[in-house]
Amino acid sequence: MTPTPKTCALCSKFRAIIKRPKTGQQICKECFFFVFETEVHNTITEAKLFSRGDRVAIGASGGKDSTVLAHVMKALNERYGYGLDLYLLSIDEGITGYRDDSLETVKRNQQQYSMPLKILSYDELYGWTMDAIVSQIGKKNNCTFCGVFRRQALDRGAAMLKVDHIVTGHNADDIAETVLMNIMRGDIARLGRCTLICTEGEDTIKRSKPFKYAYEKEIVMYAYFKRLDYFSTECIYSPDAYRGHARTFLKDLESARPSAIIDIIHSGEAFEVKEEVRKGQKAQQTCRKCGYMSSNDLCKACTLLEGLEKGLAEARIIDVGGRTGSHEMPPEEPREVTKLDPS
Amino acid sequence: MPDSQPDSSHSDSNLSQNEPKIPLRVEFSGGLELLFSNQRSHRITLPSTVPHGDGTTKPTDITYLIDWLRRNLLKERAELFTDGATVRPGILVLVNDSDWELEGEGDYQLRPGDEIVFISTLHGG
Ligand SMILES: [Zn+2]
Ligand SMILES: [Zn+2]
Repeated sequence: MTPTPKTCALCSKFRAIIKRPKTGQQICKECFFFVFETEVHNTITEAKLFSRGDRVAIGASGGKDSTVLAHVMKALNERYGYGLDLYLLSIDEGITGYRDDSLETVKRNQQQYSMPLKILSYDELYGWTMDAIVSQIGKKNNCTFCGVFRRQALDRGAAMLKVDHIVTGHNADDIAETVLMNIMRGDIARLGRCTLICTEGEDTIKRSKPFKYAYEKEIVMYAYFKRLDYFSTECIYSPDAYRGHARTFLKDLESARPSAIIDIIHSGEAFEVKEEVRKGQKAQQTCRKCGYMSSNDLCKACTLLEGLEKGLAEARIIDVGGRTGSHEMPPEEPREVTKLDPS
Repeated sequence: MPDSQPDSSHSDSNLSQNEPKIPLRVEFSGGLELLFSNQRSHRITLPSTVPHGDGTTKPTDITYLIDWLRRNLLKERAELFTDGATVRPGILVLVNDSDWELEGEGDYQLRPGDEIVFISTLHGG
């Protein structure tokens, strides 16, 4: 059973090479590149993500999503004249054999796309590499550290680059997975928020996800057919089994019905947090130690660092949502995102 | 993507000299190569027909290839490659640079010189 080659449903000229998961449409390589890029462009323009002259950092890990994002952002910026200044921003978590290799990929991307690259390490920001953290606390919960540190590191890197906006390669599958995780945790407040295409904190830089509606399958196919250079080794510390189960479940759903991914995102969007719920949350202040915005007296990163330095192996922030306690202490330092007091 | 390593050659030991054979090139990427001796490209040769239960045979298809790869080339963590008789969801398969979903998936009958690519989408972004 070898089916005869199918002709592209869009141009009726060339041989179809991909079946689109979203639509089932069978299209040729050139039409695929065009519709994939155009859909990202539509996502960007419909959400009015950028303004002319914006300085935009692409959070670049060397992996498939951010590599394709850098490629597509550059192409769209040129094709549609967005007028953006694009930068690559990478975080070096200090994971030997993983991040050091993927950073080599990012450095090649810097050449290929001729974009300025800024690399910031956990070591220089926090005085701890992930290798050191793991040797202290073990492999459990280290994703918590990494997640908190990375978010703050990206903001600091963005401040150093003086960018207005960080774009990340989160794709539709990632967002659907996060929706599932938030449902499983009963975290309704974050359920709606995690589907937002663009978020902006009190004094932080905008963050957005131009691939919000892009399927992982198409991102990987795009990278394959464009022969893009990306790094694909799993983080050696990734022990987040719970997320792994969510991902497997999602992939099973997708193979039964490809629209499941978009359907789940739409479900998350339907939970968009009402203003009254948000008012119950604490007002933002700044961290007394490092000046980063925080809903408590100490920001999440500094709290984790204190725990590490006290050698508290079990130091965990259960409520990363920041609804615990009543810290009334005013910030002692002015807001300054780029500085971190090492003391 | 760099492909610096040479191909490795394997052939099915059950293969007799006179039986028609199907030489294939198989490639793993997106992190899947880690399960296959960290080697991306492999040259293999399969028989053109394979047993299909009850003494019958069938033309060699991708379903057979997947099982053959699991039995002969896979070095670790089979559950990251297969799920039942097919690849684990999240692994993309291309037949001569075409999405296998357009080619009949596991039922695609292999032809000499075919190039089958397996790409994991499950590794980091
Ligand atoms: Zn076409
Ligand atoms: Zn702090």
